[in-house]
Amino acid sequence: MQITSPGYTRVAIILHWLIAAALFSTFLLGQYMTQLQLSPVKLKLYSYHKWIGVTIFLLVLLRLVWRLAHRPPAPPAAMPAWQHRAAASAHLLLYILTLAIPISGWLMSSASGFQVVYLGQIPIPDLVAKNKHLAEQLKEVHEALNWVMLGVVILHIAAALKHHMVDRDDVLQRMLPFLKKRSALR
Amino acid sequence: MNFRAIVFSFAVLATGVPAHAAEVDYASSQITFVSKQMNVPVQGSFKKFTARIDFDPKKLAAAKAQIDVDLASIDTGSPDADAEVSKKGWFNTSAFPTAKFVSSAVSQSGPDKYEVRGKLSIKGIGQDVVAPFTLKRAGDAVTYEGRFNLKRLQFKIGEGVWSDTDTVADDVQVNFRIVTTGNK
Repeated sequence: MQITSPGYTRVAIILHWLIAAALFSTFLLGQYMTQLQLSPVKLKLYSYHKWIGVTIFLLVLLRLVWRLAHRPPAPPAAMPAWQHRAAASAHLLLYILTLAIPISGWLMSSASGFQVVYLGQIPIPDLVAKNKHLAEQLKEVHEALNWVMLGVVILHIAAALKHHMVDRDDVLQRMLPFLKKRSALR
Repeated sequence: MNFRAIVFSFAVLATGVPAHAAEVDYASSQITFVSKQMNVPVQGSFKKFTARIDFDPKKLAAAKAQIDVDLASIDTGSPDADAEVSKKGWFNTSAFPTAKFVSSAVSQSGPDKYEVRGKLSIKGIGQDVVAPFTLKRAGDAVTYEGRFNLKRLQFKIGEGVWSDTDTVADDVQVNFRIVTTGNK
């Protein structure tokens, strides 16, 4: 059994958790803000939701560029081929969704007649004109993609826990250096 | 003299509008505005308004304009906001259904460029405004196009929690385009 596997770079680990935290918070924010009556708070939350979405998009791009130069560590040798393929597909799907969801939100915002102004400072051009019908369709797309992502994220977390607790390999530890330290003491 | 002409003559006598008074072409005219929500410019418009323009570039001293805007005809860009702005803290449309602009003076600032001064009244509050505008002629049609900025809080548009200008900016840009036909 391989004891010292080349892990993820510190940059990859930081990006992973930043993106995870941003996804988690803006997903919940999205659920909450849409229930609110119109108020200044609602307008603020919508803006924060959009800003976090743009940030996620940028962080995922950064992650992909970083990944080109720094290959992720190989999966454990004991892992069956089908699991390897499943993991690769899930990761690919996560990259696609974390890019596609912000894009769908951006287009939806433009179609609703609200340009996205990142951090209230940087206007992001409207790719589509205001169009009520298109806005409704894009809302459906934005929501559907989010539910797909929720499913993939649950699978991702379940797989990581299974690696840690059932397979007892280092897959989760690679992304959580804190755990690694603890297991090294053991 | 046919019946129509007789009615028209009476109408002229009754209102004092000169016989050559232009008619407003509402289909080509519009009043729009841009407000900033969280620094995002959002365009809206008023679908119903009436305008009376009496303007002869050679007789600027006699120039007059009055515009009455039906505030309930607002299109803010989202149905949520349309319902919201009719409420008491905003336009309070049931008590103050109309915004009114009455000109006091028009001056020329360049070729086909003018400035109109006047009083804008919304929600029972009158404020002086100055609006630069341009004039374009095409056949017997004349287009008056201009803009001015108003500060919404001066008119108590958006009170209480909505007076927070970080969310909805105080400055609102109002754009107008009034087209008249039948000009001499």
